[in-house]
Amino acid sequence: MQILVNGERFTTEASSLDELCGVLGFAGARIATAVNGCFVATAARARTQLSEADEIEIVAPRQGG
Amino acid sequence: MLKLYGIEVSSRLLLGTAGYASPDLLRQAAEASGAEVVTVSLRRESARAKTGQGFWGLIEELGRRVLPNTAGCRTAKEAITTAQMARELFGTNWIKLEVIANDDTLQPEVFGLVEAAAELNADGFDVLPYTTEDLSVAERLVAAGCDVLMPWGSPIGSAQGLANKSALQTMRAYFPDTPLIVDAGLGAPSHAAEAMEMGYDAVLLNTAIAKAENPVTMARAFARAVEGGRLAFEAGIVEPRDMASPSTPVVGTPFFKIDNVS
Repeated sequence: MQILVNGERFTTEASSLDELCGVLGFAGARIATAVNGCFVATAARARTQLSEADEIEIVAPRQGG
Repeated sequence: MLKLYGIEVSSRLLLGTAGYASPDLLRQAAEASGAEVVTVSLRRESARAKTGQGFWGLIEELGRRVLPNTAGCRTAKEAITTAQMARELFGTNWIKLEVIANDDTLQPEVFGLVEAAAELNADGFDVLPYTTEDLSVAERLVAAGCDVLMPWGSPIGSAQGLANKSALQTMRAYFPDTPLIVDAGLGAPSHAAEAMEMGYDAVLLNTAIAKAENPVTMARAFARAVEGGRLAFEAGIVEPRDMASPSTPVVGTPFFKIDNVS
């Protein structure tokens, strides 16, 4: 399945968002996620199924003004 | 003391964390500024670099209250989702709400701003909107549930200071009881002092300190300017007048002759 992760094409067999985060090495990391423009809370990642062409955002704290 | 959404904040200087030459400079500048609130953002995290994880460590070390922003968002929808991600990431209901109209001015896109503010306030956020000095927009933000307003001084990062002083003065007079924070565009400590002398409750700045030749000394300078401006406001500044008025007593002036009085 092809999806977009942070704007870049990514091929994965991960079925849930939680699984995808694990594959990317984000298990336990301080991140927040959105799927197709909608926020997905940490607790909801395991039950959030991924589909072809989904657009995933994975963000973390950064400097800001 | 300044109160933002029920939280007492001792320093009237809110500091941005971006653009410092090193994490250590940020640490020192934050210390020198005395800021109790620092702004932060969220950005895409690379699976390889994991930059954000290190920055989170620095934020924890700073030990200050964080005010996450929605910098770079172009629509209400983007800003709302970003705010929701920020709430989980930083564990705070506070959000510096930015909806940006265009790259050249980075001016607030006020229609999207009001829309996002209403939705976020309803969702339990404490929204600090980055807005213009336009009173009709400000009124809509207040009606949408914003208890704090943050009008720009001038465009973000421009260091121009207060571009529209008379409008900022009107805004202060129009919202006497709403905490007002001048956000963006300040370059010199005198700009900050000016805002505080007008009765603004606080200033929020980043570039003026981060990009100064010596950020730590500049942080100290801004801290003093903010405090000085606030004290001046509390003390009551004398009204300017057109003509001179002698400060030294006139009575008893030596060589005084009534004939010399014009």
